[in-house]
Amino acid sequence: MDFTELCELLSLWSIPMVLFIIPVIGYLRKVKVYEAFVDGGKEGFYTAIRIMPYLVAMMVAINVFRASGALDICVEQLSPILTLLGVSPELVPLAIMRPLSGTGALGLTTELLNTHGPDSMLGLIASTVLGSTDTTFYILTVYFGAVGISKFRYSLGVGLLGDIIGFLGSIYICNQLFK
Amino acid sequence: MINLIWLLLLVTGIGYAGLHGRIEIVTQSAISAAEGAVALSFKLIGVMCLWLGIMKIAELAGIVKFISYFLSPFIGLIFPSVPKNHPAMGAIIMTLSANMLGLGNAVTPLGIKAMQALQQLNPKKDTASDAMCTLLALCTAGFTLIPGTMIAIRSAAGSINPTAIVGATLMVSIMATVSVILADRICRFLHDVRIRR
Repeated sequence: MDFTELCELLSLWSIPMVLFIIPVIGYLRKVKVYEAFVDGGKEGFYTAIRIMPYLVAMMVAINVFRASGALDICVEQLSPILTLLGVSPELVPLAIMRPLSGTGALGLTTELLNTHGPDSMLGLIASTVLGSTDTTFYILTVYFGAVGISKFRYSLGVGLLGDIIGFLGSIYICNQLFK
Repeated sequence: MINLIWLLLLVTGIGYAGLHGRIEIVTQSAISAAEGAVALSFKLIGVMCLWLGIMKIAELAGIVKFISYFLSPFIGLIFPSVPKNHPAMGAIIMTLSANMLGLGNAVTPLGIKAMQALQQLNPKKDTASDAMCTLLALCTAGFTLIPGTMIAIRSAAGSINPTAIVGATLMVSIMATVSVILADRICRFLHDVRIRR
């Protein structure tokens, strides 16, 4: 079995294994597994409902910004600056989209993989960016929304810094690894 | 800060669409995004119930305590304000473990649970505490050992070596995680200095 198959197997099995192991250990340790599951799940409903207005607010603002074409102007304006840093112009939209929208970034990456090929340098960089960063705005909205926090302090800045490092780091590492 | 960013996103979007004669796009995109957000919350209900239920079993069976026993010495260093035996520590550890194992949709429910536990320790309920900022920083850096989704997409796109990115992803993840932990510390220090003045 090669490394590719091993990784695919692991990511295929990780969730089923957790869903298998935890209830079995629970049962062996005399936990009333069914009742405990239901009891734990109860909170889920209220939390998800509580997040709703926060998600609506954030997704409406981001979507209007994106659909109006204002995002494309941002990309155009930032493109020369990022190109100076060694970023290919094809990757600039992904850099801007990544922290704002998970599905948007996924769409852009799939497009890059299809036009340039998944094993091209651009394809490898885009894959690494998507694998090693997360949707900062979504995480902030959902996590802080769930507990009703409105003052984020420096969280957004730190999250965006992580995205920048992830993006520039992907370009640097890929250029070193896949010459 | 977040108020200004939210306003800017909305206002520049509407302004730009208006200036380019595409104002109808604003109405469409606002309504479809609002509907999409509700659909997403409904999807979250199921996922939250599933993982919080599993988490409850893990708690009662002592699995959370067992994992915490090994990991809390390290995680405690990153979260000095959280007492070792507080439920928040267990929840933080489960969130980070799920993130690392690439359990995708389990991360959000566990992360929210950790935030709720941290909120109990938080003296100012409307302001993010130090530990909350650190947890957010770690989650947004998204440390994953095996990027399962990305491997699947690369496979689907016909890659001859879909897992070529595993090493690169790990290196970049470590870089980003170390950077955000440092940035979080520096920001906290600057923030404290400003408050004390």
